[in-house]
Amino acid sequence: MVRFENVGMRYGAGPEILRDITLHLEPGSFHFLTGSSGAGKSSLLKLMYLAERPSRGLITLFDRDIATAPRREMPGLRRRIGVVFQDFRLIDHLSAFDNAALPLRVQGVPESQIKEHVTELLAWVGLGDYLNARPPTLSGGQQQRIAIARAVIRRPSLLLADEPTGNVDEELALRLMRLFEELNKLGTTMVIATHNRGLVERFEHPCLHLADGELRTERARKRSPA
Amino acid sequence: MFGARLDLPLARDGSGRFLPWIVALMVYLASLALAGTLVVADAVSRWDRGLTGTLTVELPAAPPGRSDGAVEAALKVLRATSGVTRADAFDAKRTAALLAPWLGTEIDAADLPLPRLIDVQIEPRAGVDLAALAERLAAAAPGAQLDDHRRWLNRVLRTALAIEIVAGVVVALVGLSAVVAVIFATRTGLAVHHGIVEVLHLIGARDGYIARQFEWHALRLGLKGGVAGLLLAIATLVGIATAGSQLSALDDAMRVLPALSAPAIEWVTLLLLPIAAGLVAMLTARITVLRALKRLP
Repeated sequence: MVRFENVGMRYGAGPEILRDITLHLEPGSFHFLTGSSGAGKSSLLKLMYLAERPSRGLITLFDRDIATAPRREMPGLRRRIGVVFQDFRLIDHLSAFDNAALPLRVQGVPESQIKEHVTELLAWVGLGDYLNARPPTLSGGQQQRIAIARAVIRRPSLLLADEPTGNVDEELALRLMRLFEELNKLGTTMVIATHNRGLVERFEHPCLHLADGELRTERARKRSPA
Repeated sequence: MFGARLDLPLARDGSGRFLPWIVALMVYLASLALAGTLVVADAVSRWDRGLTGTLTVELPAAPPGRSDGAVEAALKVLRATSGVTRADAFDAKRTAALLAPWLGTEIDAADLPLPRLIDVQIEPRAGVDLAALAERLAAAAPGAQLDDHRRWLNRVLRTALAIEIVAGVVVALVGLSAVVAVIFATRTGLAVHHGIVEVLHLIGARDGYIARQFEWHALRLGLKGGVAGLLLAIATLVGIATAGSQLSALDDAMRVLPALSAPAIEWVTLLLLPIAAGLVAMLTARITVLRALKRLP
């Protein structure tokens, strides 16, 4: 699904943000990505969702070496990836419905199907009454839920989430994690970058830990009895 | 078509606000240049048609107070020439009418030592040998000159060609300026909406999908400006035509000016200008966006 071999990354002529990253994510796996602020979590995710190119090393996504993949294939690869951006990156002038529908529209899905799927999903994340609301009029938590709906609407093969529960209360955070687990059970490979140690400890999934641009894999921790 | 849903709020851009005005000005200038070309081409064509098959024989003025028989000799040669369908000498009245715009009607043309003219009509396809005819005329009536108007018409054609070239250059420059304005507006739009463009790119939008958003917007603005520019040009042309006909009515001499006319089918090309402006804007926006997107990973 995702394979990194000795990957390094730097922005422009700056220092290497990521060094010698080697990892292999099996299809259907679920990983947390942790690390202190500035450790390179967002940069690692950017490499995975094809927003950046590595400065060295080999990245294989869906069995495709992205260094040799022609540019015309990239949209097809990106459509198999769902991304929850840390800053949501919603489009302010579009409604909640249109924001969540965007991945389907760029793919050319008929409007009748879009309406059904998006309405259902937004209702599920608790935004059924806000279909026509524009992001600036919604709270941070509501915006985050639209961002999550946009990321999962296409049932991606790989879901990458950068602090997806950062702006929601604990109850909703748990609901969202359950949604991610449901998607994972349906075959979606998950990588969740988070600072929330409680969340990492509550769910028994392996953890990729970044420190100073280098990666360490930790085994799943058993949830401590309450 | 224009109600197409756009993910980018391009309609709110300040950069897009001035574009219709620029396009309107460009289409206005291009319309006037094109209209000028059509009018000149039509006038030249009419003159050419009118003069094809006509000749003028010019004889020196007769000695004062008597006839030298030169006109009759020239007419005899002309009427004996195969291909000549008509040969009529200008009488004193007709000559006076020709000179009236310059000399007025008070003066008797018969008192002036004026060259005598013969209006000749030939069958254009008869292949009359004009050089031989001129020689025969000169032999029969010394000093006779045959004018087939070709020299004058060639001069007019050269002038018309120069006008058409200048008009073509004006249209090309105007088109180029419009292209530059669209490139500037599109690049500004890309810079302003960089965040949204990046999101669309990252969720798997093809370059063509993103470019289409800018294309429709540019087409709409181009057509809007183009129609405004054309309406303004039509108003100007109607104004010029009205002023021209009023001048002609006031003074017969003004009738030498070409009338503002051309075949209807050629005026239709003016109506195509707004469509051309819209399409040029659309294509320019598309190419600009596609080139910019190639820089994204």
